[in-house]
Amino acid sequence: MDSVRSVYTTPSSLTYSDLPWIIQHREDRCTLCGQCTAVCPVNSIYLTYRRQRVPKLDVLRKKRGNEYRHFVGIRQHTAMDKKCIGCGMCSSVCPNEAIGPVPNPNEHRTVFQQNQKGEAAKRGGRRNKTGATILDRISFGRISMLTDPALDAGRHEFSTNTILGRVLPPEEYLRRKATGEWIPPTREIFPFVIGSMSFGALSPNMWLGLLQGVAYCNEVLGIPVVMATGEGGCPPWVLKSPFLKYIILQIASGYFGWDEIIRAIPEMQCDPAAIEIKYGQGAKPGDGGLLMWFKVSKLIARLRGVPEGVDLPSPPVHQTLYSIEESVMKMIQTLSMAFGFRVPVYPKISGSTSAKSVLNNLVRNPYAGALLIDGIDGGTGAAYNVSLEATGHPIASNLRECYLDLVAQGRQNEIPLFAAGGVGKNGNVTQNGLALIMLGASGVHIGKYIMQSCAGCLGNEKGRCNVCNVGICPKGITSQNPKLFRRLDPDDVAQRVAETFMVIRTEMKKIMAPLGRSQSLPIGMSDALGIDDADAAERLKIKYIC
Amino acid sequence: MCRLALKTSSTPFSPYEVLEAMEAMQEGYDGSGLGLLLRGVQFADFNYEKDNQVILSGIAHTEEALSRLNGYMETRGFVQKYDHEFKVKAELIEAKDRHKYIVRVYKKPADMDEAELEEYLMQTRLYLRRDGEEHGGDLTVFSFWSDVVMIKEVGWPLEIGDALSLSDNRIMARVVMAQGRQNTNYGINLYACHPFFIQGISTMTNGENTAFIPIKEWLEGKNIPGYTGYQSDSEVFTHILHYVTKKLKLPLQAYKHVITPLKNEELDVHPQGEFLKGLRTACRRLIIDGPNAVIGTLPDETSMLVMDAKKLRPATVGGKPGTWAIASEMCGVQALVPDRDPVLDFQPMREHTIIIPPDRKELLIWTQFDPFTLPQAA
Repeated sequence: MDSVRSVYTTPSSLTYSDLPWIIQHREDRCTLCGQCTAVCPVNSIYLTYRRQRVPKLDVLRKKRGNEYRHFVGIRQHTAMDKKCIGCGMCSSVCPNEAIGPVPNPNEHRTVFQQNQKGEAAKRGGRRNKTGATILDRISFGRISMLTDPALDAGRHEFSTNTILGRVLPPEEYLRRKATGEWIPPTREIFPFVIGSMSFGALSPNMWLGLLQGVAYCNEVLGIPVVMATGEGGCPPWVLKSPFLKYIILQIASGYFGWDEIIRAIPEMQCDPAAIEIKYGQGAKPGDGGLLMWFKVSKLIARLRGVPEGVDLPSPPVHQTLYSIEESVMKMIQTLSMAFGFRVPVYPKISGSTSAKSVLNNLVRNPYAGALLIDGIDGGTGAAYNVSLEATGHPIASNLRECYLDLVAQGRQNEIPLFAAGGVGKNGNVTQNGLALIMLGASGVHIGKYIMQSCAGCLGNEKGRCNVCNVGICPKGITSQNPKLFRRLDPDDVAQRVAETFMVIRTEMKKIMAPLGRSQSLPIGMSDALGIDDADAAERLKIKYIC
Repeated sequence: MCRLALKTSSTPFSPYEVLEAMEAMQEGYDGSGLGLLLRGVQFADFNYEKDNQVILSGIAHTEEALSRLNGYMETRGFVQKYDHEFKVKAELIEAKDRHKYIVRVYKKPADMDEAELEEYLMQTRLYLRRDGEEHGGDLTVFSFWSDVVMIKEVGWPLEIGDALSLSDNRIMARVVMAQGRQNTNYGINLYACHPFFIQGISTMTNGENTAFIPIKEWLEGKNIPGYTGYQSDSEVFTHILHYVTKKLKLPLQAYKHVITPLKNEELDVHPQGEFLKGLRTACRRLIIDGPNAVIGTLPDETSMLVMDAKKLRPATVGGKPGTWAIASEMCGVQALVPDRDPVLDFQPMREHTIIIPPDRKELLIWTQFDPFTLPQAA
């Protein structure tokens, strides 16, 4: 027997029960086909020989002894870089249900080892906080019954669209109309927008599937869905296509992809839906975009005008940024001008206690088309873990505060507020979205939910998967590796996009009908909302219900 | 749900006639209030001159409130010309704190142009209302305008009519609006009774206003004097009409385009579609969600009726040259103008605005699909 002292151990040595996910393997079902080990995105499992003692009793010679059987089994790596991420691809490919990860209910030691080689932990996904969000807890309680009968969600006509773009006060609209002056551009869109996910963060198949789905929603289903690119441009064929009108182009601090966009302007068949200037992101406030080298493929490098295989961290601020006022004014005006003042231009900021000051600055800027506020529960393709977990501001109170500020000034119809960050985190996408709309948002952006619903993203808030940053997405959603992204059929994604938005539209009607609302989106209809938390009710200025 | 009745006639008639007609619709209200608005007013005891005199309507609940009122009107330079004394049967009134029902005629202040005067009258009304509220609600003021009398009281319409002896023909009018209130969301409050009034414009509504909070918040945010109160969710309909016609200076037809704008596919083929789409966007917060019939009157004795877009509260208009009635129920029209041809009664659809012009010769059915004159913008 070895003495304990001679066991090889290091400060970072872990055993399988220290890991967040433990692979359970049933030898009696396993056919050793090897599919699980082949599919595992982090090479966490491997086939190996194992030895098993078989007790042997020789009755005639009255002797006890041992025999040893050898078999091929599955083992789980315990090194940090190969620890199981719980994605469950092994179980999805196993023909015999012989293998799968189970969450380790014990406290796991990996949290203390996420700093190997002096590298801070980075990942994709969003804040790993489980449980019902504030939005999940809001219910719609002002039910029309007596003098005002509830509507029939299936038969009445509903107007569920919203406006993106600067809206003039009525007096000013009439004045400018009479004098023939410039009227700021607006778009009538579906209030659930596919949030900014860049061509670079997403695989080409995912992007194509989304765009196909969005086009189908617009052109066949009559749901005017728009989608936003993240930083990183847009494929030239899309820029020159009639589908550009469904796309919000984002410009962020790295300005990636804008060479291609500017060059394509003369050849554009139509204007984009809007331009989004990213100043901040809920998942990683104060941080720029981060496309890690794993994902900078030849195509992405070309689109972004950079060499292949290098990390692309965007600066935290725009180079023009001396002050937010100056930057916002310069950038909004420049981009408005680039598109002939025909396209709404708006900033996106991360949820913050200072959001109100940004908003008030925009109110006085006649070119600002909206404000998008992204809360702490927003997702990202790559960020430092500490940013994801600990920086930012939840969206509900931030949005509400900003809306009430506009109400106090009577400007709530002029600058539409869009909210993002955790909408549909627990699957309640329509309920979450309409809660935000009734708190004052003109619409919401959904990214993670779209990946989960339309492409089968496996990530969750228990630390499952979350490897979008390193390009090994087992579903092919956030990978630039053709071997991975060909798993994702764009047609299937498109179909799921259509299905998802059909359901959101139906559920919107099912929420609006009992409230007696059908003629306009119930923006700011806070009298309909209730929450079972007195403090939250007071903060959000809605009813406390119990 | 509230019941509404409007009668307009070239010859003045007693408001009691309208209260009797309300009886036909009695199952629809609960005795929580009556509101009356009279235009084209004629007093038996006084020769009212519309061009030179204005009328204050309200209730002084105490002697002290009345004397404060007298003092204030004096400091504002209003000379009282007539004080209408109702023959009150107090035992028929539920509330016991009605010291005096005020219908007083004052001389218009000299040397003010029309806009100044309108502002001055409204500020006076708002001051008196605030003053009452600051003194425990001892003074309630409904209107202060030329040729308008308003009466509001808690109780059953006919009983209130009897209590104030409205059948004695001492006060008559060419236009009478009446609402029998069905209390819904809010506590019984005199200010919550329709019709609502601001600067000569008045409307009353049945049904609930489900988009009340966003509309109210928007109107309050405009900081326009008089856009206050909102004891009833229906008060916003009056203020929207005021905003559209007085502040935006748009024709009456635009009201319908603001509260129930047409759909995209309808505006795409509308001759003024582009302008109206812009108007819809700019006035998006004023889109009502019904279900409502909005009945209104304007200073020139024009009467109007519009429905919400879902048309869940079909109101009826009917009558004959010289006399017309609008009521939330068909039986109300029948009671108001029994000698008309009922075949010609009309229930407006979602796109219609019914306008009965001051000449009362015929009613106009204007549809949103038709263009309207808009020289400054179209």
